[in-house]
Amino acid sequence: MTYHWDFHVVGQYLDLFLWGVVYTVLYTTGSIVIGVVLGALACAARLSSWMVLRATARVFQELFRCTPLLVQLLWVYYALPLLLGTSIDNRAAALLTLSCYVGAFYAEIFRSGIVSIDRGQREAALALGMSRGQSMRRIVLPQAIKRMLPSFINQSVIQFKNTSLVSVISVADLAYMASVVNGQTYRPLESYTVMALFYIAMLLPLTQAADYVEKRLRASD
Amino acid sequence: MNDVTGDAPILEAIGIRKSFGPLEVLKGIDLSLGRGEVVALIGPSGSGKSTFIRCLNMLETPTGGTLRFRQKPIGKDFRDRGDTVGIGTLRRHVGMVFQHFNLFPHMTALENVVEGPITVARKPRREAEEHARDLLAQVGLSEKCDTYPAHLSGGQKQRVAIARALAMEPEVLLLDEVTSALDPELVGEVLNVIRRLADAGMTMAIVTHEMAFAADVARRVLFFDQGTVAEEGTPETIIAHPTSERLRGFLARFHQ
Repeated sequence: MTYHWDFHVVGQYLDLFLWGVVYTVLYTTGSIVIGVVLGALACAARLSSWMVLRATARVFQELFRCTPLLVQLLWVYYALPLLLGTSIDNRAAALLTLSCYVGAFYAEIFRSGIVSIDRGQREAALALGMSRGQSMRRIVLPQAIKRMLPSFINQSVIQFKNTSLVSVISVADLAYMASVVNGQTYRPLESYTVMALFYIAMLLPLTQAADYVEKRLRASD
Repeated sequence: MNDVTGDAPILEAIGIRKSFGPLEVLKGIDLSLGRGEVVALIGPSGSGKSTFIRCLNMLETPTGGTLRFRQKPIGKDFRDRGDTVGIGTLRRHVGMVFQHFNLFPHMTALENVVEGPITVARKPRREAEEHARDLLAQVGLSEKCDTYPAHLSGGQKQRVAIARALAMEPEVLLLDEVTSALDPELVGEVLNVIRRLADAGMTMAIVTHEMAFAADVARRVLFFDQGTVAEEGTPETIIAHPTSERLRGFLARFHQ
C-alpha cells in the first residue's frame, strides 16, 4: 500500500464535522426525549384494560418495529407528503421518525419491565389501601425501572448510531457532513475515518457508563 | 369507628360466589367476624379458602354475594360513595399477610412498615417511624430495622410483613397460609407472633394447614370443601371430634 494519508486537507473542514456532531447529538437526545414520552404512552396503553387502546398501541409498535428505520425515513419524507398534500420539512420528518422508531422499542422495554414485577408486589400495595396509581409509583415502578435500565441504555446507544440514517434525507448530521467533506476533498478514506472516530469518541464513554451502571445495579440486588 | 356495638360483626360475607371462567370456585360462602374473634379456615388445597379470604379485602372481586364492613355494604369503587364503603377504605382497615410475604425488596424492613402509614394514612414520617420501630420490636426484629428483605430469613420476612400490616392499625387481619412457604424450623416464631395477636384481641381470619395451631388459637373453624363450607364449629367439634367422612379423611393426613 502506498496510500498517502492526508488528514490536513480534511482537517480544514473540521467546522463541518463539528456542526455534524452537534446535529447528531441534538437528533439523538431529541428523539430519545420524545421517544420516552411516546414509549410511556404506548406502554400505558398496552397495559390498559381498554381493548381499543391496547390494539392501537400494538399497531403503532409493530409498525415501527417491523420496518427498517431507513424505510421509515424514506416513506415519511417522500411518500407521506403525497398523502397529506403538503411537503414535510426534512428535519421535522427525521425527528418524528426517529422518535416513533425508538418510542416503539422503549414501549416494549417499559412494558416488559413492569410485567416482570411479581404480582404479589402490587397485591401487597393494594392490600395496604394504596390506589392503583400509588402502587404503581411507590412499589412497581421503582423496581421495574431498575430492571429496565440496561435495555434502555442499550437501545439509546443504538439510537445514537441510527441517527446517521437521517443523512439520506439530507439532514446535516455527522454522516452527512462526512460525505460533504468527501465531495469537496475527494478523500473518502480520511473523511469517513474521521467520521468513524467521532462516533467512537462519543459512544465509547456511553457504553462504558452503561456497563458500569449495570454492574452497580446487579451489586445492589 | 365507635358506632359498632359490642357483638355486631365487623366484617361480614353473605353468599359469596366466585367464578374463574366456567369454573365456580366459591359456591356461596357466609362468614361473620365479630370483634376480637379468630376464625380458622381449613380444607384441602383448591377448596377455595384462599380465594375466599382474598375476597374479604377485594383482592378478588366476588362474582356474587355481599360483603359488609361495619354493617355497611362494600361498593365497587375505590372511594366511599354514599352509604357504601369504598375498596380503599376497606383495605385500610383490613390488613393482609401473604403466603410469600410480598415484602417490598427496594425498601428496608422499617421502610416497608412505614410505607402504608405514610403513603396511605398520611401520617407524619416521624410518628410513623416511631410506631414502626415499636412494631418491629414486638415481632422481635428491633435489630433488623435497616435490613433489606433479601438479607432476612423467611421467618423474619414474614414477621416484618405482619408488622407492616399492623402498622395500618387494622381492625381485621387476614392471614393467607402465612407459614406454608417457611422452613419447618421457622414456623414456630411466626405462629408465636400470631398467637400473641390473638391474645391481645386482634380480629383475624386465618387460612392455615397448621391444625394444632388452628385448634389452639381459633374460636371457630370452617372446613372448606369444593367451594363450600362443608362444616363449621368450634375447634373441639371440627378438629378434635370430626364426624363426616370428608373431614376425617382430610384431618387424618395431619395426624401421622
